[in-house]
Amino acid sequence: MIQIPEHLSKERLLDLYEQMWLIRYFDEKVDEFFAKGMIHGTTHLAVGQEASAVGSCAVLKEEDKITSTHRGHGHCIAKGADINKMMAELFGRETGYCKGKGGSMHIADLDKGNLGANGIVGGGFAIANGAGLTSRMKDLGYVVLCFFGDGASNEGSFHEALNLASIWDLPVVFICENNQYGMSGPVKDMINIEHIASRSGSYGIPGKVVDGNDVFDVMNAVGEAVEHAREGNGPSLVECKTYRWKGHSKSDAKKYRTREEEKEWRDKDPIKRMKEAMLEKEIVTEEEVEEIKQQAKRKIEESVEFSKESPEPDLSTLLTDVYAD
Amino acid sequence: MREITYLEAVREALSQEMRENEDVFMLGEDIGVYGGAFGVSRGMLEEFGSERIRNTPISEAAISGTAVGAALTGMRPVLELQFSDFITIAMDNLVNQAAKIRYMYGGKGSVPMVLRTPSGSGTGAAAQHSQSLEAWVAHVPGLKVVQPSCGSDAKGLLKAAIDDNNPVVFYEHKTLYKTSDHVPEEAYSIPLGKADIKREGTDATIVATAAMVPKALEAASKLAEEGIETEVVDPRTLVPLDKETIVESVKKTGRLLVAHEAVKRGGFGGEIASTIAESEAFDFLDAPIMRLGGAEVPIPYNPNLEKATVPSVEDMIDSVKQMVHYDTWRENHG
Ligand SMILES: Cc1ncc(C[n+]2csc(CCOP(=O)(O)OP(=O)(O)O)c2C)c(N)n1
Ligand SMILES: [Mg+2]
Repeated sequence: MIQIPEHLSKERLLDLYEQMWLIRYFDEKVDEFFAKGMIHGTTHLAVGQEASAVGSCAVLKEEDKITSTHRGHGHCIAKGADINKMMAELFGRETGYCKGKGGSMHIADLDKGNLGANGIVGGGFAIANGAGLTSRMKDLGYVVLCFFGDGASNEGSFHEALNLASIWDLPVVFICENNQYGMSGPVKDMINIEHIASRSGSYGIPGKVVDGNDVFDVMNAVGEAVEHAREGNGPSLVECKTYRWKGHSKSDAKKYRTREEEKEWRDKDPIKRMKEAMLEKEIVTEEEVEEIKQQAKRKIEESVEFSKESPEPDLSTLLTDVYAD
Repeated sequence: MREITYLEAVREALSQEMRENEDVFMLGEDIGVYGGAFGVSRGMLEEFGSERIRNTPISEAAISGTAVGAALTGMRPVLELQFSDFITIAMDNLVNQAAKIRYMYGGKGSVPMVLRTPSGSGTGAAAQHSQSLEAWVAHVPGLKVVQPSCGSDAKGLLKAAIDDNNPVVFYEHKTLYKTSDHVPEEAYSIPLGKADIKREGTDATIVATAAMVPKALEAASKLAEEGIETEVVDPRTLVPLDKETIVESVKKTGRLLVAHEAVKRGGFGGEIASTIAESEAFDFLDAPIMRLGGAEVPIPYNPNLEKATVPSVEDMIDSVKQMVHYDTWRENHG
């Protein structure tokens, strides 16, 4: 059974629980629309990985920032994005976060401190450093969370950025969502150490492994790392062990893993575990959690309606926003 | 003759070369059980094993450099980059190492590697997965650059690229992967530096590359209905460039339209246009040379916007007509 931190109010718990469901329903909806050909391009779903996004962002202040990845819908929602604008972006509509120009891999919400998803694996490391540097140089006090995958940790940019963050004491927390695979490459074949967090030793920064399907374990570890950074002590590396339930992008044949392994991880469903912990402690009732779940579902349905009713971008917008004024 | 897809033609060329030559091996991300991001290497792991179909970590800098080093010491690596946009991360190895080694070392050593990679827009993959950056590599002495527009060309050009003793960047256009044509079963080579006249004509020449070739052919057949005979020339390789075929074509038709998907500004079309401007074909021109290229924007996600970034069949028809009716056009617009 997972442990609920004492300081969390019931209201806060239910808020986090709703975020978990919003992420799951959002991505399941997107999956459905892709299968039906209603959304085009490509997308990467975080179903099963909700806790690492929610637990990490839960410890942030409004002014803190994140850099996200190609599998970024969850980070975006957890950082407080407007679901309607997210869904509209996937529909390629004018009302979307990127006015229909970015799509799934490029949703950014600068006002909310989300510096953007990224189609380039490993593209976020150094950008997070830069945002951390601004915080330092302008004395803004904010911290940056840099999400990345196990696969991304093998890009050269990982090494360069962590070293730089370390020697400059940048206020960045590097959060590895180790979902056991890149596109298909298994972590066990691609990395010869058990924990990616162990690499923190090479940079002289704290490293911690957490159960990425336990939202509270994530919160505790990231919370500590954020405090460490906020106090001027520099970066940390937190590794969340988790699993993506769906294929890599849209759907794939999943030939690189077994159905048994998938089942094992589904049994560690982060949403179910959070619910059971709250029920066990009698903090919430079955009815209350069910109501939150339904509320999340309704919000997703509304975002779909909003998107369908939104106009396509005008062709004249093709040439706008290439350069800033 | 049997028809197979462009994708199958690429796979067949790779497989035949690997059977033929022990030194040829492949490396790239997810090219093993997954079969590559677009499925090109599907089944190859089963035939050739993991020693020669090397599934790599997500490390473009390391794998491109490893290809350079292996090539320099006697192997013939074929590197797959999942999307040509990621060439940015492999660029140092390609531009500062592979391209220069032989020359810098005074003619010692060679780097017989092929970097295969899918390029182009049309799949909704947006700004970081849709670019056509071939002009960058064409600019670098020491690299060869191939851009096949159909499966039968892809198969023969890929064999030539693997057999070549220089680093070759081999662009496969994503939207062509599913197209089919007649592809001979046996292994064959199409020399790098030999353009192909895809359709003969007398009134205008369209020099088109990659996915613009089928569009140019469509434009040519529509123009033919109106009595305008358009010649469609596919250079197939940008480096080396078959200038002679292009010059001869323009001498015959007196009009040149260059069409590519890459952004027009700084695109390879400028090179082709100036090749004509500098050649004896200049005297034969009956109208100014025209160029069609991608809009000067990152590739947008929305399908209508995305489509609007690249030249269309209609754009080509309009341009050819404008050249053919240049005198009247000039009177009206002059
Ligand atoms: C530089 C670069 N290389 C390759 C890719 C193709 N690609 C997209 S996602 C992905 C796997 C990433 O794995 P990981 O970092 O573990 O993230 P996950 O997909 O598991 O969330 C790959 C290889 C890319 N987008 N960018
Ligand atoms: Mg992963």
